[in-house]
Amino acid sequence: MEILFVVVALAIIIFSVLTVTARRILRSATYLLFTLFATAIVYFMMDYEFLGAVQIAVYAGGIVVLFVFSILLTSRPGEAGERLESRRRGLGILTAAAVAAVFGWVLISRCSQLLVPQPETGFYTMQQLGADMLSTSRGGYMLPFEAVSVLLLACIIGGVVVARRR
Amino acid sequence: MEIKLLYYLIPSLIMFCCGVYGFLTRKNMIAILISLELMLNSIDINFVVFNRYLYPDGHEGMFFTLFAIAIAAAETALAIAIIINLYRATKNIDVRDTNKLKG
Amino acid sequence: MTPINPTIPLLILALPLTMFLVLGLLGPKMSHKAAGWLGVCGMGTVLILSYFTAFTYFFSGNEAFTDGVNRLQYIVFNQDWLQFYDKLVIRIGFLLDPISAMMLVVIPTISFCVHLYSMGYMEGERGFQRYYAFLQLFSFSMLGLVVATNIFQMYIFWELVGASSFLLIGFYYQRHSAVSASKKAFIVTRFADLGFLIGILVLSYYTGTFNFTELTSAATANGSYAISETTAFSAFSSFGGATFMGCSLFSWALVLIFMGGMGKSAMMPLHIWLPDAMEGPTPVSALIHAATMVVAGVYLVARLFPLFLLDDFSALTFVTVVGAITAFYAAVVACTQVDIKRVLAFSTISQIAFMMVALGVARPDIHHGMGYMASMFHLFTHAMFKALLFLGAGALIHAVHSNDYTAMGGLRKYMPITHITFLIGCLAIAGIPPFSGFFSKDEILTAAYENSFFWGAWMSMVAALTAFYMFRLYYMIFWWNEPDYSAHHHKPHDAPWVMTAPLVFLAAVSCVAGFIPFGHLVTWNGAPYTIHLDWSVAIPSVIIAVCAIALATFMYKKENPLPDRVAKATGKLWTAAYNRFYWDEIYLFITHKIIFNCICRPIAWFDRHIIDGTMDGFAWVAQRLSIAIRPLQSGNVQYYVWVYISGALLLGVVTAFFMI
Repeated sequence: MEILFVVVALAIIIFSVLTVTARRILRSATYLLFTLFATAIVYFMMDYEFLGAVQIAVYAGGIVVLFVFSILLTSRPGEAGERLESRRRGLGILTAAAVAAVFGWVLISRCSQLLVPQPETGFYTMQQLGADMLSTSRGGYMLPFEAVSVLLLACIIGGVVVARRR
Repeated sequence: MEIKLLYYLIPSLIMFCCGVYGFLTRKNMIAILISLELMLNSIDINFVVFNRYLYPDGHEGMFFTLFAIAIAAAETALAIAIIINLYRATKNIDVRDTNKLKG
Repeated sequence: MTPINPTIPLLILALPLTMFLVLGLLGPKMSHKAAGWLGVCGMGTVLILSYFTAFTYFFSGNEAFTDGVNRLQYIVFNQDWLQFYDKLVIRIGFLLDPISAMMLVVIPTISFCVHLYSMGYMEGERGFQRYYAFLQLFSFSMLGLVVATNIFQMYIFWELVGASSFLLIGFYYQRHSAVSASKKAFIVTRFADLGFLIGILVLSYYTGTFNFTELTSAATANGSYAISETTAFSAFSSFGGATFMGCSLFSWALVLIFMGGMGKSAMMPLHIWLPDAMEGPTPVSALIHAATMVVAGVYLVARLFPLFLLDDFSALTFVTVVGAITAFYAAVVACTQVDIKRVLAFSTISQIAFMMVALGVARPDIHHGMGYMASMFHLFTHAMFKALLFLGAGALIHAVHSNDYTAMGGLRKYMPITHITFLIGCLAIAGIPPFSGFFSKDEILTAAYENSFFWGAWMSMVAALTAFYMFRLYYMIFWWNEPDYSAHHHKPHDAPWVMTAPLVFLAAVSCVAGFIPFGHLVTWNGAPYTIHLDWSVAIPSVIIAVCAIALATFMYKKENPLPDRVAKATGKLWTAAYNRFYWDEIYLFITHKIIFNCICRPIAWFDRHIIDGTMDGFAWVAQRLSIAIRPLQSGNVQYYVWVYISGALLLGVVTAFFMI
């Protein structure tokens, strides 16, 4: 388990960095895919199998493919990757470092509360999840479920309208 | 060695910082979108991990992530539709050249 | 068994309203003929229903309408319309009593005549359907006014007749003079109605009711109401002797209510709108500005008469004085005008003032309140013969295309029907027996003499003036010398039958209306009495009238320089009368010179410089500020995000700092 965690953590770190530093955008998308896989493994380790499955299906299977398609649609063949201006790059690194510093500081200062082991719990079955998802009582998610369904509908219509050839 | 809560937060934080960096430096809009996905993903990890470690009896974090993924998918689809449309119109998806709406 | 089927009164109100909506909404799709005949038929139906209602009231002898001796007030229906709380309720209803039943005869008769007449007079005019729609609206509002069961319903319909009068005066809205006349009429009457409203509020505040039946009458055994001095007195005593500026508040309320009547009935000094209102089509003048709407003020006073009787008659004295001054003023002005419609307008003012005086001098202990009966009688006969005169004037204008009688003369040969009917109208208004005006005017004069010799003599003088100016008008139109009619494309001739039929009908009514036993039908408390001609008043007044007519004949029958000589001899007085004693100028002076210049202009300056200046200052600051911060909106998304992240971080640091 620990070994798996180390591998996953390293994968997340390395592939995240590669995602944003790769010159060619197609490679960025590929590294993103690996990052997302690693995240899915984290979910599995948290005993949320369904969530991990959704992560792989929607993110890795859907969104990344969408990215790849759009990259292929919008980039001219033989185009070299973009070059970054050093000034902008410095600014980016600085901001990222500031973010890291602030949150790192918070993490360290709350160290004692965060160094807790993973508690043992019962297995969260699909039946329970489905019942919770469509329940209106406390701990039920009927309303957001419906709201998201409306949102997705709106998104479909919006996508059609935006992409339609005029 | 037992895996503590903090250990999960560190890769998540680094992922987030990478997202910030990418968002601020990349020119290609799709690359910016990819950076955005990184940031979202790191937040998702945090939700799930906190849920699992600190509130093991409830599943709020898990559900939140679930809905966040759905919304992220919707948002990405729409954003890509807009980007492709923009590309059709201007043959260019450099974010720094698309500032026609400035004040 | 109900004394009258409530559907009929309901229809009397509903039909004109429906016709208004139908003609107003669908009119433009109809032909002129269809719209006109629809209006005439609608009004004809109302006429039949109203006659039936009035006939039932007066002659059926049903115990709801009369207790064998006295006539009673009967409420046909009374529907809650607005309920604010259990005590403050505004109702719409239908009250049958002697005066409303009488008005149910007058209004549809004149309205029907005017509807029919307009078929000829307005032929081919633009907006013909609109004209008929407005006529229907007016008829509806006027009928609603006279049958009102409470003072607030009366006020509502009062405003509605004002609005329809406004619409009809401004019917030729492309003509500047018509537009300004309608505006003037509206503003002046609105101003008066402000007083009316305040009066209503004061009265109902103290008495706690709007209903006429609760103000002036007491319920009888079978659900009707009888005029009761006790009820009126309790309304009076509910004021508890409150005073305001040295006068009793009760008088104030009545005078304020009467102010509304002054506006509508064109009493001095609110008369200035009526002569200008002649800009409307002539049949409209006949209907609204001669026969029906302008007597609303008289009707109002008559309606609240039992209240006016209290408080030592001070409100009634006010009514008398206003009426007497107006009557004399208008009669003098009418002697000098050249526009025939204006002569008739001033004559209308004068005659309405007669009615006001009759009400003002009425006392229950003199001849059972004969002045009241005389006033209503004169209202009835005047409506007929003045509508006749106006419609006749309309026929003349139709024939010679001018309002000015310098363009007329010698018309008796060309327009015999108009001539005869107009002559009948003139004789009636001059008070020559056996025409209707003689009887009603005689009653008024008798009532005035019995109140005091001064008012009697004053009104006799006005009656003489009336006879003089009416026959001046008559001779100038039908005799005098004949102008050159060959300039017109045709010789003047009598109008088509739709126009002459109403003339003949009204002339016939004017001949016989005097013999109606009015004392048995309309009295202030419903108690009947038989009218006796008071020969000591009647004979002198006839002699005076005949002398005035003889003088007019002498001066105006043939063309001669005498009138000009008289005008020159009286000099300034004649000019002043011709210019209506400069009332319009006085109003203009007050509004323009005093109100506009001294009050409005500083306010306008304050508004423009101080208030607008402050607002402009705010706008200027906002503009500068936005120009200053505009570059922040660079349109660069990454820049925005950077600012956002920095801000979020800052917030995070601050929060974390305070929490740890």
